[in-house]
Amino acid sequence: MTKKHTDPLERVAQEMKKCVKCGACRANCPAFGTFQREPATARGKVALAQHLVKGDITLDDGTYSAMSKCLLCGSCVDKCPNQVPTDEIVIAAREALAQRRGLTTFHKAVGQVIRNRKLMNLGALAAAVLGPIFFRKVPSTSGLRLRFPMPFIGGSRHIPQIAKKPFMKRHPEIIKGEPGKPTIVFFVGCMTNFVYTEIGEATLALFRHLGCTVIIPQGQQCCGLPGMSGGDLETVRELAEQNLAAIEKHQADYVMTACATCGGALHKLYPLVVGKRNPELKARLQAVADKTVDAAVLLQKLGLHPEETGTGQRMRITYHDPCHHRTAGIAKQPRALLKETPGLELVEMEGADRCCGLGGTFNVYHYESSLDINAGKSKAIIDTGADAVVTGCPGCIMQLSDGLKQAGDKTRVLHTVELLARKIRR
Amino acid sequence: MLDARTLQQLTDIVGAENIATGAQDLICYGYDATQMEFLPDAVVHPDSAEQVSRVLQLANKENFPVFPRGAGSGFTGGALPKGGGVVLVTTRMNRILRIDTDNLVAEVEPGVVTEAFQMAVEKLGLFYPPDPASLKFSTLGGNVAECAGGPRAVKYGVTKDFVMGLEVVLPTGAIIRTGGETVKGVVGYDLTKLLCGSEGTLGIITKIIFKLLPYPDSKKTMLTVFDSIDGAARAVSTIIKNKIIPTTLEFMDHATLTCVERRFNLGMPESARAVLLIEVDGDRDLIEKQAGQIHKLIEPLGLVQFRVAKDAAESEELWRVRRLVSPSLRDVNPDKFNEDIVVPRSKVPDVIRRIEVIQKRYDIPIVNFGHAGDGNIHVNIMIDKSVPGQLEKAHEAIKEVFQAALDLGGTMSGEHGVGLAKQPYIPLELNAEQIAAMKAIKGALDPNNILNPGKMLP
Ligand SMILES: Cc1cc2nc3c(=O)[nH]c(=O)nc-3n(C[C@H](O)[C@H](O)[C@H](O)COP(=O)(O)OP(=O)(O)OC[C@H]3O[C@@H](n4cnc5c(N)ncnc54)[C@H](O)[C@@H]3O)c2cc1C
Ligand code: SF4
Ligand code: SF4
Repeated sequence: MTKKHTDPLERVAQEMKKCVKCGACRANCPAFGTFQREPATARGKVALAQHLVKGDITLDDGTYSAMSKCLLCGSCVDKCPNQVPTDEIVIAAREALAQRRGLTTFHKAVGQVIRNRKLMNLGALAAAVLGPIFFRKVPSTSGLRLRFPMPFIGGSRHIPQIAKKPFMKRHPEIIKGEPGKPTIVFFVGCMTNFVYTEIGEATLALFRHLGCTVIIPQGQQCCGLPGMSGGDLETVRELAEQNLAAIEKHQADYVMTACATCGGALHKLYPLVVGKRNPELKARLQAVADKTVDAAVLLQKLGLHPEETGTGQRMRITYHDPCHHRTAGIAKQPRALLKETPGLELVEMEGADRCCGLGGTFNVYHYESSLDINAGKSKAIIDTGADAVVTGCPGCIMQLSDGLKQAGDKTRVLHTVELLARKIRR
Repeated sequence: MLDARTLQQLTDIVGAENIATGAQDLICYGYDATQMEFLPDAVVHPDSAEQVSRVLQLANKENFPVFPRGAGSGFTGGALPKGGGVVLVTTRMNRILRIDTDNLVAEVEPGVVTEAFQMAVEKLGLFYPPDPASLKFSTLGGNVAECAGGPRAVKYGVTKDFVMGLEVVLPTGAIIRTGGETVKGVVGYDLTKLLCGSEGTLGIITKIIFKLLPYPDSKKTMLTVFDSIDGAARAVSTIIKNKIIPTTLEFMDHATLTCVERRFNLGMPESARAVLLIEVDGDRDLIEKQAGQIHKLIEPLGLVQFRVAKDAAESEELWRVRRLVSPSLRDVNPDKFNEDIVVPRSKVPDVIRRIEVIQKRYDIPIVNFGHAGDGNIHVNIMIDKSVPGQLEKAHEAIKEVFQAALDLGGTMSGEHGVGLAKQPYIPLELNAEQIAAMKAIKGALDPNNILNPGKMLP
């Protein structure tokens, strides 16, 4: 094994030593829950990564496969008495394995597309790659999804209707607000830009309602999370730099995202993977990370009054915590806003903070398992009898919609901002 | 090493999906919470007593060892395949077969996770009290095999107190049932009790019949802080002498409090030298009364703080102090030996004092906390393995800690068992005759020494 190949793992070698193999991370690990085998647990992945570092295990398909059985949901990190960052260890292991084995054809394609906004803007091609990452099979009769053949993974997948015009093409770069009010850079994210444009519109409406100046930097790209999923950290680094440049062009008080995944990338992943190699870049990314804030959190902070903006209709809702929110400590704020909204009754589901099963490219490689995890989520949602499940991540929205449809259920799936912006957008 | 023919036969028994020989699986079934590692030759995941029986019959014929394993959360290496062989994992056998609300019994398979079982019975208003700290991930089979206990043991007892009967595959492959569903039963030797705590050396448990209780009406949690360890220990005996049996009496010594405080800043009083976390459960009026009585009884014993939780959220807040212990300890030193000695509860201060002497003599930090109500103390010897000589010192210190417990009429282990970790110290507690009797039982049931060889008995 050459030095280069162990590099990413060296980054987390000290962290691995903290693992005492107690097994606490077995509880609620969605990957273990579905595979029921120890290599799928956090503890197992740490053990394998330790053997990788020692170099005494052949880097065969088995290790690659074990590392692929992780949704990077971070639940193990919450449970771990020693705060072992298994998610970071898995990211490092995937990078190390990708460096050694090369990326899979599918992940190469993912990297190529997410690095190329022009390609993405072609819509269909973006959907071809993003679709299977974010999307599940839904009955073709639903008419909701257009079918698209997936050369990379064989067979055909059902993917979402792509927006006629991407969100970013509908708006100017700078939307001036009232003087003295905060200036906010809106990091839109692919799902909102190409698929769920209504989330973008709702977000924009809410911050304009508050008088903020909203900047939608035209140079922004995909956050890169789909690349990370397959160990393609080079693509993540490249995108991080491009996004940084786009964001830094503007003077802003906040960098805001309405996508938990993008938030996770800006807030945690970027400073993490740029690593020691470039301290100057790392410091700049950290500065952006410090300014990054989730839409719901910022709305609460800026004093949104849901009485004015809320739905104006009676609804029983339940709230799903996206993993990238849970690990960033975002749980109370969106709930508080929803509770203050007149007419909304919030009922908690069992395991609201458990992963929905999407997990980046996990759902491409482990489709059946992803469905399995999603089925448990759907059941918890249905058991609450809510009219709608609300969440803060477009990725989760896709997964939850699919799960509920497969279960033959009519519960609606909405983004927090959509509910909050109902009245002002009407 | 298993030859290809044996592997094929194993595959025929459990199915190709349920046997693994890849390096990844061998690594992942070669550790447990002791942090030792031994690689097996194969891992099998049987699904029934019948499959387990056939694996053991094959093992006797082909002469390979079999190591039963639940969640692998054991602290003494009981499930580790030392010397190689087959690890037999019970997690596919994870069905709750029935919960009989008429007779308050339940029948389960061994791979059920303890907490899942607790939640299932609680939904029916019933109660399964054993609550090892590992309950969110350890299995009921592992709990029975180790006779796991937890903080509620003061009032309710440990796992074996709830096992009424078992289905067991003996090391030769015979499937037997022990005990039953009746409260009384005196026919023959009590094999149920023999198998509880046998650490997977006498048989593989494939079904368990548990006794259940009605779920207690309510509970009350109190956090009490003392200015001396003696005060806390006397509080324990005073409460019990006055005929109040709390559900829980957890204590933390000064070293433990210092660790927690340094890391989490909970704002403990300056004079805090020991903490007792007390919980009572039962009828609402009764526990109100008991909480008042407890306060009055312990007031004169150097009590510097008394907090009662008003609701479940506050109770959780008080328990947090106890739960933070584990993550705090690593700040002292990176490696720890967690021993779980037991002494008669009145001897807790004596043993703590002896441990203080040992700590000074060896000059390594020792942190104590645990279940004061039943005299079960977790003695954490904190070292840094990378410092030359520390490991040896730790082993010497552990031996002296065990001796101290034994001198005071106690035992070397209340919860974690012997496994590999405590095996070398067995002769401190058991004499030659006792060991010979135990070996005779093992030899009779497992003539070829197939099942979990090399564990427990020296
Ligand atoms: C964080 C942590 C906290 C803990 N807290 C406690 C505590 O409070 N109280 C306590 O008592 N213990 C505690 N333990 C120790 C451990 O969790 C218990 O001993 C538990 O019962 C082990 O269950 P397991 O399923 O992990 O068994 P394993 O570790 O897999 O196996 C333990 C032993 O049981 C045998 N075994 C497993 N299944 C079977 C079966 N079906 N038939 C026969 N033999 C079998 C194995 O061969 C082995 O000897 C703790 C451990 C950890 C890591
Ligand atoms: S909970 Fe943490 S320390 Fe325990 S086995 Fe899992 S990763 Fe390791
Ligand atoms: S990140 Fe999630 S899926 Fe991955 S090991 Fe941890 S708990 Fe399991």
